[in-house]
Amino acid sequence: MSVTEAKVEKIGTDEATGYSSYRFGSFTFSRDEYFAHVAWPKGSHIIEVDRFLRAMVRDIGWGFFYGWIFFDDVFGTTNHYGTVDIFAGAYDRGCKEAGIDFLETYSAEAVSEAFETISKDWISEGYDPLNAPLETGSPIGPKGKERTDPLLRSFIAADRMLGLPGDKSVRTEADGFGINRAFADLEFDQPEIECEPGFEGQLHAINLFDHIARSDITWNPSISAITRANICCVTSEEHMLPVIHGNDRNEWFIQLTDEIHWNIADKNSGAPRGRIVMKAGDVCAMPADIRHQGFAPKRSMLMVMENGTPGLEQRYASGELKPYPVDFES
Amino acid sequence: MAYKTRVGSLDNYEKGVIELDDDLRKYAFSNIFEVAGAAQPFERVAVVQNLEYTAEVVRSEGESGWYAAPHDEFAIVMDGEITFHFVKLEDGQVPSHDGGAIKLGAKPNGPNMGRVTARRGHQVLLPKGAAYQLVSGAPAVAVLQTVEGPETVKRWSEICVMGGEKVQ
Repeated sequence: MSVTEAKVEKIGTDEATGYSSYRFGSFTFSRDEYFAHVAWPKGSHIIEVDRFLRAMVRDIGWGFFYGWIFFDDVFGTTNHYGTVDIFAGAYDRGCKEAGIDFLETYSAEAVSEAFETISKDWISEGYDPLNAPLETGSPIGPKGKERTDPLLRSFIAADRMLGLPGDKSVRTEADGFGINRAFADLEFDQPEIECEPGFEGQLHAINLFDHIARSDITWNPSISAITRANICCVTSEEHMLPVIHGNDRNEWFIQLTDEIHWNIADKNSGAPRGRIVMKAGDVCAMPADIRHQGFAPKRSMLMVMENGTPGLEQRYASGELKPYPVDFES
Repeated sequence: MAYKTRVGSLDNYEKGVIELDDDLRKYAFSNIFEVAGAAQPFERVAVVQNLEYTAEVVRSEGESGWYAAPHDEFAIVMDGEITFHFVKLEDGQVPSHDGGAIKLGAKPNGPNMGRVTARRGHQVLLPKGAAYQLVSGAPAVAVLQTVEGPETVKRWSEICVMGGEKVQ
């Protein structure tokens, strides 16, 4: 895999809308009032701008996450943990058959810088793509006043467990995180911790549901606890996952409250395989050979369990590991 | 607008739907409350397996034995109330097997560290270097984040929705 040396550069500003256009490697990015436009040497593509920005800021915030992040069926990124592919049509049968598919690899830092530059220019005050649609304004229309607050936030990664001394904090009212309107009907109490003399601070527990209910963003898993390389992430989900995720390893979902509808498709071709509806208490694996997109009619709480063992993606890609997690014969 | 949050419990849960043109075993679809309801008290039934890592469902009912692991584990209570009692292990008592919880023969001879009482939504650290016991006055359910070990029970064919079958 060759890595393209590239740095994002502004190539112009539209006088009518106020938005700038950018070149990054062989790709160019521009937007109008309604759409983002992506072009590459062999083709071009249009994406509704709200979806494009919701996908882009999450892609940066996740550090490109695990595997494939499809902004839609055509455009997206693949994480190689140090380098990142930007692709257009590389996993879309129609684009491939038309011969217009394209893929270029860059350093992760360069892609982050490019996406942050574009996002910052294309997002105006009053619109936050990390919020649920009911909780923010719209990105359509001409450029407004640029936001000065951080576009990326709330991706919390505990080192051992949230709330431990020296580790990441749980969200609190005092820190400005109120209980979200969708969880206002729940009662939140705290676990009782009673330490014997000499063991103060050695026992620990939190109200994890309270922490999730105070999240002001959606579809943004953050790490709550780690057993070796086993990562427990929690997230609040409302409306639709603005990307289609194709993992490079098996991952697991545990539905903590409410329900999420998942559309499942073949990872390489995008051919639909069907759907899964997860309700509170349901557990389901997302195999490594699919792509999935979630839809949450009401804000819900989801737990995601990931195996963060370094190099796992290569063991799945080589076929050493099966693209599904459970051996039913054992 | 007032929202109604839906949670599950041993006595009241609604399972979802899996409709796929695929082998459903690849998705290992199960439900925590259904698994807990069918298990013996304190059986640790795997519902998640990520190579060596597992999440195990346990129905806490009465007093469990004492457990310890060579790494941190975490419990998330999903229904009812569980009190976790902790005893400090001496260095030589900390398990040295590959991973997962082992059941100790009896309460270890260490100092009591204290206890944590947790209810739905609470996450509890089960720290390396401590033995722990679960106690519940009424049936309760927890999910344990851990590593596959001697106490892990695997009955995938019994707990998962299998091919050609719909959940509802």
